[in-house]
Amino acid sequence: MIEAFFAQMPALVIVLPLLAAPLCVLLHRGGPSWFVYLLTTWACFGLAFLLFVQVKIGGPISYAMGGWSPPFGIELRLDALNTVVLLLVTGIAAISSVYAKASVAAEIASERAYLFYAALLLCFCGLAGITVTGDAFNLFVFLEISSLSSYALIAMGSKRRALLSAFQYLIMGTIGGTFLLIGIGFLYMMTGSLNMADIASRLPAVADTRTVEAGLAFIVVGTSLKFALFPVHVWLPNAYTYAPSSVSAFIAATATKVAVYALMRFLFTVFGAAYAFDRLPLGEVLLVLSVAAMLSGSMAAIFQTDVKRLLAWSSIAQIGYIVMGFALASSAGVSASVVHMVNHGLIKGALFMAVGAMFWRLRTISLNDIAGLGRQMPITSAAFVVAGLSLIGVPATGGFISKWVLLEAVIAPGHYWLAAAILVSSLMALIYIGRVVEVLYFRERPEGRPDVGEAPVLMLVATWTLVLANIAVGLYATPLIAAAQRAASAVLGDGS
Amino acid sequence: MREHTVLRVVTKLLIAPIILFALYVQFHGDYSPGGGFQAGVVFAAAIILYALIFGLAEARRAVSPNLLRITGALGALIFAGTGVYAMLRGGNFLDYDYLAHDAIHGQHYGLLLVEFGVGLTVVSVITSIFYVFAGRGRRNDDEQPPGDAR
Repeated sequence: MIEAFFAQMPALVIVLPLLAAPLCVLLHRGGPSWFVYLLTTWACFGLAFLLFVQVKIGGPISYAMGGWSPPFGIELRLDALNTVVLLLVTGIAAISSVYAKASVAAEIASERAYLFYAALLLCFCGLAGITVTGDAFNLFVFLEISSLSSYALIAMGSKRRALLSAFQYLIMGTIGGTFLLIGIGFLYMMTGSLNMADIASRLPAVADTRTVEAGLAFIVVGTSLKFALFPVHVWLPNAYTYAPSSVSAFIAATATKVAVYALMRFLFTVFGAAYAFDRLPLGEVLLVLSVAAMLSGSMAAIFQTDVKRLLAWSSIAQIGYIVMGFALASSAGVSASVVHMVNHGLIKGALFMAVGAMFWRLRTISLNDIAGLGRQMPITSAAFVVAGLSLIGVPATGGFISKWVLLEAVIAPGHYWLAAAILVSSLMALIYIGRVVEVLYFRERPEGRPDVGEAPVLMLVATWTLVLANIAVGLYATPLIAAAQRAASAVLGDGS
Repeated sequence: MREHTVLRVVTKLLIAPIILFALYVQFHGDYSPGGGFQAGVVFAAAIILYALIFGLAEARRAVSPNLLRITGALGALIFAGTGVYAMLRGGNFLDYDYLAHDAIHGQHYGLLLVEFGVGLTVVSVITSIFYVFAGRGRRNDDEQPPGDAR
């Protein structure tokens, strides 16, 4: 019985949220739906952890959906790379589910709360599905599931602008999804297969064709739209700013990472690093774009007056770090990418949660309104400061580990200009985080504003869990770095 | 549309065959072209036709949005539940071979159940979307019975 359960774990990670979402709709009440959401995400987190350990000990797992063996049926495939991403997604979902209750009660109309949780579960299901699937078309389907539900989630934001930003995201996201589908279609046309491993084995025979090159281009642009790589990032600031707080925290920490994972999976597993980076100049293109993202994102973040928007621009910059890592196509680079994916998930999750807690109290999050809040919401403000330090990359935080391994990866092949860009962008992070901290602690509360107390306990617990995870990674990074190196050798192993 | 006797009579005549055809497409989906999605759309078309001719309020009374919410969720649960049942019987998710005493019957039942789930959800969702769109900005009309005697 136990063995049968272990064999079913890869599917259960997707099936549980898929069952829980309609269950929420049937329950029709916010409270019970939240409980279902909480149980599901924690169960999936547990499953992800078991899968992570199982892959670490026993190597990759393959699961034949519906009993149809790959390459004919849909295959779920777990290796050292996607178990890390899965652990991140489920972990953030589990922690944000603790956070969600109070936040949702304040921001979402109570008669719609059950729909909110159902959409959140579907979004989670899609993200987990993208991560575990080994089938190119299935990946597109899960991407659409997660995207469609996130459009709905963002549109539920409390301001009317939320609708407009969700629509903007819908347009850009649909273009991205369509490009990805066209790319997958081209690959299917040339290889006659949709299973990633099968495509990879058939691709070398037809690699010289324009169709495959165009397929690669479509897939790169399509996924880049989804993770908001400069210059196709315009949807992101509005979407993150106007989304409900718990959605911002969850999506900012997971959705872009999963899209980056999807691109890595295509580049390294399907096309192979040799094809994408040696025969085509993709590495150079991505490096230039990542530097542009880091500098322009950080620069824009400095000039924001809305803290959520500031964090959103900072996310665009941070995506640059992640892309820069794997664009080097070296083992050190890919593992730096994975490390920063995890760390940035933890950092941005914590920052958006802290900001969401302030929003919960104030109903606004512009710099003027949060002035002097350091004394009235000390625990929340402290969480923001520590997570902010991690974002800057101060030693003993997760962000420092990220920057360290990334610097090592760019200096080894002698790309000193990239190292300079990382340092400049980190200094800019110091400026924009510093501005918020200065406002929080060194300004007086504006005249005529009522005194506010701390945020609800569950919100603080969730926020601080992520903050402490940051510090834990900073102090004891060995497991994360080892996992990232296993991931890098898993995807680069038989290519270069 | 109240004065269009022809439309009303023709609609009444048509709705039953449309629903019958939807059920045919639904339950022959595993042998012939068709299946849950197509059947669901055809079935929803019958409800939408009713709403177009007899008014949204009448349609909502016949098929209430609340019912649609429940059937929509139930359909998805039937689909996923079939998969989980296969898991409980020792197969993989959605492996219909394990649903019955032999693989052929298992595949048959599995397909039938899953398509039924799809059909149920598609009817509910398409009709709900229609209700939402048709109801936009017309809330005032529904709340003004005077001068609108039925």
